[in-house]
Amino acid sequence: MDHDHGGAVHATTGWVAVEVVVVVGLLVVAVAYAAGLRASRHRSPWPVHRTALFAGGLGCVAAALVGPLADAARTSFPAHMAGHLLLGMLGPLLLVQGAPVTLALRALPVRRARGLSRVLRSRPVRVLTHPAVAALLAGGGLWALYGTDLYPATHVSPLVHAAVHAHVLLAGYVLTASLVGVDPDPHRASVAVRSVVLVGYVAAHSVLAKHLYAHPPAGVGARDAEVGAQLMSYGGDVVDVALVVLVAAGWYAATRPREAAPRGAPVTR
Amino acid sequence: MAASTPADGSRPRRTDARGGPVDPERRTVLAGVLFGTGVAASMVDLFVFHLALQWHHFYDRSTTAVAITADGFFHAVAWSITVWGLFLLADVRRRVPVRWGRWTGAVLAGVGGFQLFDGVVDHKLLRIHQVRYGVEQLWLYDAVWIGSAVLVLLAGLLVLRRTRPDHGAARSRG
Repeated sequence: MDHDHGGAVHATTGWVAVEVVVVVGLLVVAVAYAAGLRASRHRSPWPVHRTALFAGGLGCVAAALVGPLADAARTSFPAHMAGHLLLGMLGPLLLVQGAPVTLALRALPVRRARGLSRVLRSRPVRVLTHPAVAALLAGGGLWALYGTDLYPATHVSPLVHAAVHAHVLLAGYVLTASLVGVDPDPHRASVAVRSVVLVGYVAAHSVLAKHLYAHPPAGVGARDAEVGAQLMSYGGDVVDVALVVLVAAGWYAATRPREAAPRGAPVTR
Repeated sequence: MAASTPADGSRPRRTDARGGPVDPERRTVLAGVLFGTGVAASMVDLFVFHLALQWHHFYDRSTTAVAITADGFFHAVAWSITVWGLFLLADVRRRVPVRWGRWTGAVLAGVGGFQLFDGVVDHKLLRIHQVRYGVEQLWLYDAVWIGSAVLVLLAGLLVLRRTRPDHGAARSRG
């Protein structure tokens, strides 16, 4: 990556540090996933599409955080919003479909795998991964970002920038996993709860988009806000429909009539 | 349908994963109504009036906060029930042969019912938005909208009536 074209604003140590942390972090995750594949290669074959989806998710996160789109997002609100969709919605959706926890449980030695599943069953994780809590964290974070002076602050302080983007990614991941996760989830909420939370989250997302259309965050021009808000609304709708389809497909698989079910097939998930 | 109802008229035999009864007959109608309502609410408005005709706009700035919030939930529900309508139809299909006529009637009833609700409650009573802006004869647009909605709804109800499982038979209802 070259930082020459970014001008004096972000060609400082703080911004470079953020980009280095992002690149190193993404590489570590990718290498860990590959190591998981290698460590569990003696077991039943790992579906290729899971690896491809996970790689796609990492690509979305990378595109949102480093490179041309991330640079444009510093000055252009539509570019920022495209990055937000990649980082908070599409990226997490693909990462979740990559089933990283399942892969870790296959790859880790038994004792450490038990430790991991104990952590996943612990009370804090259980509370945090409830769809309603996750939706409040993700949606509340967005309202805080655009409704306060946090948004302009992300362009000034590398630390605030890093914290906000980490929150968008993590909250998006936890919310997606709680709604349509394929990894083991000992306390998965019912289809009804997940559907209601999803409707509520999507509604909040589109209401925020309309709000931004008329009330741009500080430093964003009217035309930029209009384009960005519509991108947020329609892009959010596309990911939303994908999430609804996945929730419904999970229900469809789980409610297979008994007489039609192949012997030994799991009835619930 | 007859295959899933025992001769003594007791509860249908087929069950869902939790052991609850599933009535494919009722589920066919539910699937059609949800899909029809959802399609009318999500796709007709978006593709026909926003994108093709451009009579409706993303946001006209005069809308109140309450209306925007209601609209947000409205669209989230609309997309949701469109998808669920299709999955319920798929569920009926893997249990019994689908009675497509009955499903079509339910879809028409859903589309007509929604358009009627939209035309009367949203456009006229709550005044959330109008069919078209900046035209003199708005009443004409409203009349066409509500009139076509009533026709589609009536057509749907008629088809539903003609495709009743006990149509022409002595049994009370299915």
